[in-house]
Amino acid sequence: MIKADTYTFKILRYDAKAPDTKPRFATYRISVIPGLTVLAVLLRIRDEVDGTLSFRCSCRSAVCGSCAMVINGKIDLACRTQVSAFNTDTIILEPLPNLEVIRDLVVDMTPFWQMYEKIKPYLIRKSPVPEREIPQSEEERLRIDQYVNCILCACCYGACPVLAREPEYIGPAAAAKLERFVLDSRDERPAAALDILNHEKGVWGCDTVFRCIDACPKDVRPTDAIVGLRKEIVKHRFRKMLGKVKDET
Amino acid sequence: MVNHDILIVGGGLTGLRAAVGLCDAFDVGLVSKVYPTRSHSIAAQGGINAPLTNNPDSRDDSWEKHTFDTVKGSDYLADQDAAELMCREAAPIVYEMEHWGCPFSRFPDGTIAQRPFGGAGYPRTCYSADITGHVLLNTLYERAVAKGVKIYPEWFVTSLCIEEGQCHGVVVLDIRTGELIPVRAGVTFFGTGGYGRVFQHSTNALINTGSGIGMAYTAGAPLKDMEFVQFHPTCLIGTNILMTEGCRGEGAYLVNNRGERFMQKYAPTAMELAPRDIVSRCIQTEINEGRGFEHPLGKYIQLDLRHLGEKKILERLPGIRQISIDFIGIDPVLEPIPIMPAQHYSMGGIDVDKRCASEVRGFYAGGECSCVSVHGANRLGGNSLLDTIVFGKLGSKAIAEDLEEGIPRAEEKPLLKLKDKVEATLRKLASPGKERPGLLQAELSAVMSEKVGIFRTREELEQGLQMVIEIKRRYRDVGVSSAARHMNYELTGAVELGYMIEVAHTIVLGAILREESRGSHFRLDFNTRNDTDWLKHTIARMGPDGDPAITFSEVAITRYEPKERKY
Repeated sequence: MIKADTYTFKILRYDAKAPDTKPRFATYRISVIPGLTVLAVLLRIRDEVDGTLSFRCSCRSAVCGSCAMVINGKIDLACRTQVSAFNTDTIILEPLPNLEVIRDLVVDMTPFWQMYEKIKPYLIRKSPVPEREIPQSEEERLRIDQYVNCILCACCYGACPVLAREPEYIGPAAAAKLERFVLDSRDERPAAALDILNHEKGVWGCDTVFRCIDACPKDVRPTDAIVGLRKEIVKHRFRKMLGKVKDET
Repeated sequence: MVNHDILIVGGGLTGLRAAVGLCDAFDVGLVSKVYPTRSHSIAAQGGINAPLTNNPDSRDDSWEKHTFDTVKGSDYLADQDAAELMCREAAPIVYEMEHWGCPFSRFPDGTIAQRPFGGAGYPRTCYSADITGHVLLNTLYERAVAKGVKIYPEWFVTSLCIEEGQCHGVVVLDIRTGELIPVRAGVTFFGTGGYGRVFQHSTNALINTGSGIGMAYTAGAPLKDMEFVQFHPTCLIGTNILMTEGCRGEGAYLVNNRGERFMQKYAPTAMELAPRDIVSRCIQTEINEGRGFEHPLGKYIQLDLRHLGEKKILERLPGIRQISIDFIGIDPVLEPIPIMPAQHYSMGGIDVDKRCASEVRGFYAGGECSCVSVHGANRLGGNSLLDTIVFGKLGSKAIAEDLEEGIPRAEEKPLLKLKDKVEATLRKLASPGKERPGLLQAELSAVMSEKVGIFRTREELEQGLQMVIEIKRRYRDVGVSSAARHMNYELTGAVELGYMIEVAHTIVLGAILREESRGSHFRLDFNTRNDTDWLKHTIARMGPDGDPAITFSEVAITRYEPKERKY
């Protein structure tokens, strides 16, 4: 592993407000002490070298999900990526794919949040509210654990090959969020609620090539969610065919 | 001009809870400078206190005992009626969050899991592994989505509009478009968070500049108890990322370079679970007296989790393990974590009563940006998540009550006037200046960490004050690289720096005036608590000369007479 003092950062710059200027790589030479993260370098560039550089950040500890981007071809959070993690002294930074660039490394997250809202991302209950907590066993809690860990950073959204060709596809994060509620022992949404993803732009659109799993910085496995939702949909269809459930609205 | 009955600033737990509480009956808008799930509430790890009595060791816990622990932890500066209110609301609020879907960890009997925490007589900290803030914030955001709360993400509030004792709304910079937008509202509620980034060594997110506090102060609202700054004992060296108190709650040791669990000397009963102010001072003392470890990133103490075993660490503290691996290359299953104290929480803030109301008509605040005060001179771990949601709820109730008499008429004129002023400020910031905002902020935060830290003396504080005043003078020469307003984070940073300097000024001045040691405020030259002269809150208002003018107010004492704290 190279322990260079000086690194070259090539950052893709673009401003949607100046569409005539084509995207271009700006180059910054920065001396880096061991242990520095990509985000720390970005902050240094903005503070000391070029104040016009745009990127999002907040927690700098891989929990808030602000700083997803492409780092030397790999989608990850800038804040948890060590500069020394690559076998090169050149770091190339590009904005997250599958979303429109607003400026530099900042992308328009609107479609991502629209998909999130579409699946009704909240606990749905019909039973009366108990005085104390709704009981849930440790095993039941464990079942939703990986999906609970999602930080909505959109790394999976950027990595998804389906979204690259079909922008209306629901995407891995929203599917994982729906599965988080479907698997929650406390959730009482009707099985028909899955219809929202029962089509080619929903769970049937997934290529199951696991790019989302590779890209997730929190070890969430959205493909598991999609496969789980498919099974649930099929199961519900059979039950309906056998007349075991009435049509729900 | 955008209009709402009620404007909420801040998309963290407090702001979202207030919005959820008000959106059915009123026209509510919520403005946040980031997407709400990026708010710093997300980073809270260890848990939220509530006397649910689920833990077998907490069967006779109660809100009264929780109140006592909170008051004692506060070194008796908390207003006891307010602390009582918060603790009475604790269990209902945790159940409410659970009913809304919050995925708490569970005990084998299916109840919400609870762990021991610092300064608490019983294990009453409800948790979800070590991501409790994450699950609470997501749950409240989900609730806000379910209720269709109108949210304006990435709207940066530049200024608060107060004229003749009434609040009229705010001026916003839409980060994405760069447009300046006045937002008129009969009621403005701030849940804008703490000021951690005023300090160099802080666990806080980069967005925690305290600009909301500075904005309120600059607009004329008073601040309270600003000298009380919490330093968290266990923060990763270098990045100062938080290593939750839950580590010690689960049984982790603090160890010096002689291999001693040194807390035995200082707090023989509570040991590692003494309150944060005490543990931070003990760690700093060990380091100062040569019993720390050396590292290129600074001197440190070990937080040792190894004896908990791999299974427990993976189950209860998986986030801590991942952060240690990602950020310092250490697996706590195999090696102790190198830690040091760092700024963590703002006990002081916008002066409000227990209804979240400030003295300004139509202006309310809750959560870390406010000071009710429920935490007094030192907040207990697990009480901040509680504070955010409880006062988001109580604030929304108080606002709804106050609006029964009709929605205050916010005026357009003062807002338009303020917008012109902001326009001029932004223009000036975009004209050539020799000071770079990022570098000046780094200087400010270095001064605060060095001169206004865990151990304070008049001499160092006076030096700090002069340095802050000098930085305030230099701020006039700040210039940003580009006049473009959209996605210009250097520009928003420069605006925030102005507020950070004001906040720093009130902190250091309060620290100079308070000639005693209480909770987190420790003066080497006045090293005991002095109830005769100092059992009172510090109130800071911006004087006509632009400097803080300090007055004092009474502490509400109901059932707990101030006593010496022993742990």
